Amino acid sequence: MTDLVSFRPEILREVHSSDAPVVAKSIGLAERIYRLGFVRKAFILAVLALAWELYGRWLGNPLLFPTFGQTVEAFVGNIVNGVIPQRMLVSLQTLVIGYGIGIGLAALLTTLAIGSRIGADLLETLTSMFNPLPAIALLPLALIWFGLGTGSIIFVLVHSVLWAIALNTHAGFRSVSNTLRMVGQNYGLRGLKLVRLILIPAAFPAILTGLKVGWAFAWRTLIAAELVFGVSSGSGGLGWFIFENRNQLETANVFAGLFTVILIGLFVENIIFATIERKTIRRWGMQH
Amino acid sequence: MLAPFDAASAAPLLSVEGVTLQYKTPDVVVTATRKVSFDVYPSDRFVLLGPSGCGKSTLLKAIGGYLSPVEGQISLKGRAVTGPGPDRMMVFQEFDQLLPWKTVRENVVFALTASGRATQAEAEERARSYIEKVGLAKFIDSYPHMLSGGMKQRVAIARGMAMEPDVLLMDEPFAALDALTRRKMQDELLRLWDDTQFTVLFVTHSIEEAIRIGTRILLLSPHPGEVKAELNSVPPEEMGTGKQSALETRINDMLFAHH
Repeated sequence: MTDLVSFRPEILREVHSSDAPVVAKSIGLAERIYRLGFVRKAFILAVLALAWELYGRWLGNPLLFPTFGQTVEAFVGNIVNGVIPQRMLVSLQTLVIGYGIGIGLAALLTTLAIGSRIGADLLETLTSMFNPLPAIALLPLALIWFGLGTGSIIFVLVHSVLWAIALNTHAGFRSVSNTLRMVGQNYGLRGLKLVRLILIPAAFPAILTGLKVGWAFAWRTLIAAELVFGVSSGSGGLGWFIFENRNQLETANVFAGLFTVILIGLFVENIIFATIERKTIRRWGMQH
Repeated sequence: MLAPFDAASAAPLLSVEGVTLQYKTPDVVVTATRKVSFDVYPSDRFVLLGPSGCGKSTLLKAIGGYLSPVEGQISLKGRAVTGPGPDRMMVFQEFDQLLPWKTVRENVVFALTASGRATQAEAEERARSYIEKVGLAKFIDSYPHMLSGGMKQRVAIARGMAMEPDVLLMDEPFAALDALTRRKMQDELLRLWDDTQFTVLFVTHSIEEAIRIGTRILLLSPHPGEVKAELNSVPPEEMGTGKQSALETRINDMLFAHH
């Protein structure tokens, strides 16, 4: 045993990190392009459009299933003659009002919920009651209360937005670490100031998820509701545009309407929300 | 060296008198500490030492104002402690004590402005100087998630010191660090103390750390925490000599003595 120790000399080396081989190597062009999210997504969209075009041509029945080319043509035509932009404006206007009221009510409910035990119980009970209730199921009621038109649509919109946002925000507040709360209190922050300066930013990932889910619900509900009663006012929204064209068997226009709905959805999700995410929670390392 | 200590004329900065602390779990009320008393004087490096379950962290939280004693009184500069406040800055053990949505600089500046301890311009100035003091000038505009655990704790210390509180409360701030970093941080803390001689109250369960960091060590017994002794530590120049190991053995014997 002692022999083994004495036979093995100690090794001491000088470390020269300056003449080490290159530690970081740049990545090839092909892989760099593949890493861009929008390139991959654009590729998927192109494949889908191609499949659509091929199937439409093979079917050869524009009344049932217009091709991608015909849809784009109808889409461009309706944009140029100003019908789609005008319908879009009506839809978005209604949406923003409903979404805004929903956010306001959600803020009120969650403030109550973090302020007191009974407030939290109120929020939990209301959410478990109304969250599973599809907004469309409230349409008949809304019709009685608010009549045909924007009032009813806003009512169902608020319903579809409110619970998703309130639920997520409340869950976010509750998951804020106790340490962060204590840090805030250490600065002498109390009550609403603590909520505004510590809890809201700390819970922002959850709040943003709530806003995203709420937006998707709102958009869906809006189009569905417009299909049913965008009728009364002379200026219907996109849903009404789709419904109208279906009645006139202008299938390419129906597709163009759906196309617009999808495009707006993609825009809000991938441009607006993605930008907010990049500038906030990704930058802060709260999401990767 | 400091002048000989004169207890009669010096007024304690922080005094804890007969404090009993309890907290509730779903089924029981746990007594964390029982009738604990001690005084902390300006520029003390006062260490609360004890095995886990002696209520030392709970005691520190009570001094921080996060919970109130069921018996006894805690007072800072003669005024009773009633709630958390910027005159007693806490440095926590957890790495998530920095606000993740603010950079290193903003974290320190925000602490100063939110608490009203300084105006914006003053806060910027002070933040830069304290961040430089803990050696993080290069990382001043980084977000906390880009920093290592040791760096995060340094920022927390810089933030605590920048507030220039009456007493800095440190709750096992180095416990979650690896041994090498911990050792380095201990030396840094001492160097910072040499600079400004701030008063610090430090919680640890490591005897070695207590002797290294502290000028005065309060030993607590577990379940519930009661004061076992209040000892003087070894001065830095006698660190590594027989005095240090003698004190270590003495504390060890006191903590693990059979009753």
